[in-house]
Amino acid sequence: MKKKKAGSAVIKKRDPRKDWDLYLFLLLPMIYIIVFKYLPMGGLVVAFKNYKVRQGIWGSDWVGIDQFVRFFESYMFKDIMVNTFVLSFYSILVSFPIPVIFALTINSVQNKRFKKVTQTIVNMPHFISTVVLVGVLMMIFHNRQGIYGNIVHMITGEYPADLFASPEAFRHFYVWSAVWQNFGWDSIIYTAALSSVDPSYHEAAQMDGASRFKRVIHVDLPTIIPTIVTMLILKMGHVLTLGFEKIFLMQNPLNISASQVVSTYVYEMGIAGDGAGNFSYATAIGMFNNVIQFILVVIVNKISKKVSETSLW
Amino acid sequence: MKTSTKIKNKQDRWFYLFCYAVVTILTLLVLYPVIYIVSASFSNSDLVAQGKVWLWPVKPTLQAYEIILKRPQIWNGYKNTIIYTVAGTLLNVAITLLCAYPMARKNLRGRGAIMFIFSFTMMFSGGMIPNYILVRDLGIMNTRWAVILPGAMSVYNMIVCRTFIENNIPDEMLEAAQIDGCSNTQFFLRMVLPLSKAIIAVLTLWYGVAHWNSYFNAFLYLRDQDLYPLQIFLKEILIQSEQLGGEDIVDADNVSTIYVTLKYCIIVVSSAPLFCVYPFVQKHFQKGVMVGSVKG
Repeated sequence: MKKKKAGSAVIKKRDPRKDWDLYLFLLLPMIYIIVFKYLPMGGLVVAFKNYKVRQGIWGSDWVGIDQFVRFFESYMFKDIMVNTFVLSFYSILVSFPIPVIFALTINSVQNKRFKKVTQTIVNMPHFISTVVLVGVLMMIFHNRQGIYGNIVHMITGEYPADLFASPEAFRHFYVWSAVWQNFGWDSIIYTAALSSVDPSYHEAAQMDGASRFKRVIHVDLPTIIPTIVTMLILKMGHVLTLGFEKIFLMQNPLNISASQVVSTYVYEMGIAGDGAGNFSYATAIGMFNNVIQFILVVIVNKISKKVSETSLW
Repeated sequence: MKTSTKIKNKQDRWFYLFCYAVVTILTLLVLYPVIYIVSASFSNSDLVAQGKVWLWPVKPTLQAYEIILKRPQIWNGYKNTIIYTVAGTLLNVAITLLCAYPMARKNLRGRGAIMFIFSFTMMFSGGMIPNYILVRDLGIMNTRWAVILPGAMSVYNMIVCRTFIENNIPDEMLEAAQIDGCSNTQFFLRMVLPLSKAIIAVLTLWYGVAHWNSYFNAFLYLRDQDLYPLQIFLKEILIQSEQLGGEDIVDADNVSTIYVTLKYCIIVVSSAPLFCVYPFVQKHFQKGVMVGSVKG
């Protein structure tokens, strides 16, 4: 994060001819970024066309904003936007505070070995692949062969209904499996910030008779507030970029009413099965999402600049 | 006075107890599924399906492993994943360093503008379909390039790397080297690279894990089974419940449940390499997070 410095020193730039080799270094990264990042941005023109593979991007007919209008008027529009927002905000609401609380808790643990071992364990799931995570979820919560099914069977004598057929359960699965996978990893940044707390504050508070819990609230927490704000900005900035990969794997025809979000719909319209002729339509949907996302990043950044002087650029 | 500190201590004791309890419970919640998966993969499949396995393997058997390890798809997937991981990571680290070093040079003319060109891509992108059209128009669809090239550099990782170089290689060092007639390239090769070992380790691990675990590019751009990485096979078997086939499965007397343990087994087989190295390298991962948090 860049902290805005009032009147930061002006650095004298060098004669670019002396740095010709540095520009040469940048050549390859530049080519990469132009070809694989900026060309696709240019490719967004297909959203305003009726793209036909044979005619190519430039040969296809212009249709203006027809593709966007088609999406807004489609009966899926409302559901998709609601799903995208609900899933995004549910996700942030749950997965943001838990790492903070965990960091404060583990920071109060004094046994160093215990701390180290537990941290190693809780960070581990971060490295599990999305495919494996969803696979494990589906097996453990299988209504007959999984732990879940067998526990319910043991208690009630009957096997429960299939949770993966339930749109309601989909949201909880999506959010809580992410918490399981990432709460430890996400807390690293806070534990790092907490390790910089000046012990003399704690000593002073102790002298005044503050309990350990009070010191967590009044000494530890304020220290990590800047980190919390920064992380929140980052999260908010990406609120609508729901991971396609995981949702796509968890999606099935029975939970589609809760699991169809913008990115999966783009895939379905543009690439999967019968949608193969719908490149333009799918691009328009994706672009609509990206533009909203972009505006959101800019707004969040503006606000945070005003409020906390912490900003992303 | 004395009683009041005693009360405080008592309060504190409850608080500490609470902290230990919370951390212990969360750790067990993370650990339990992992242990269960490994145990189930070594157990008799009928008993796993009936819920007789809770923590340790019951009627231990290697049946699932014998079946899985005999499948050529698995070995082929392993081979492809290793190719993508090694080649992809090498390319990633090289390009990231090439980009990060000039960007760490504060006196480089045009630095701000170039940085903007890179960081803008973190905020806005063409999206799935334009990328798909691009890969197709480049003619790399259904080749290994389609898996490796689109993610050749992560701008976020580049910024982390740049920050590391800025913070660890003082300007004075460059000035001294330049007085001695050292060129930028020489300085990069002889000073920056050796002093950046820590960040190179971090980048290698981050990129490596990402390659090992990714399925998305392969899923979108590959049609040819021979090119599939392991994760695609995992997806087919775990998520789509595709059948592996083969006489050893059909002939097994637990043929109706064998897929349960096969699934657990394939998870263990595919994730084992990562988890064998994880305890030794996790320090580096965490270091990377902290470098990144300083700025950027």
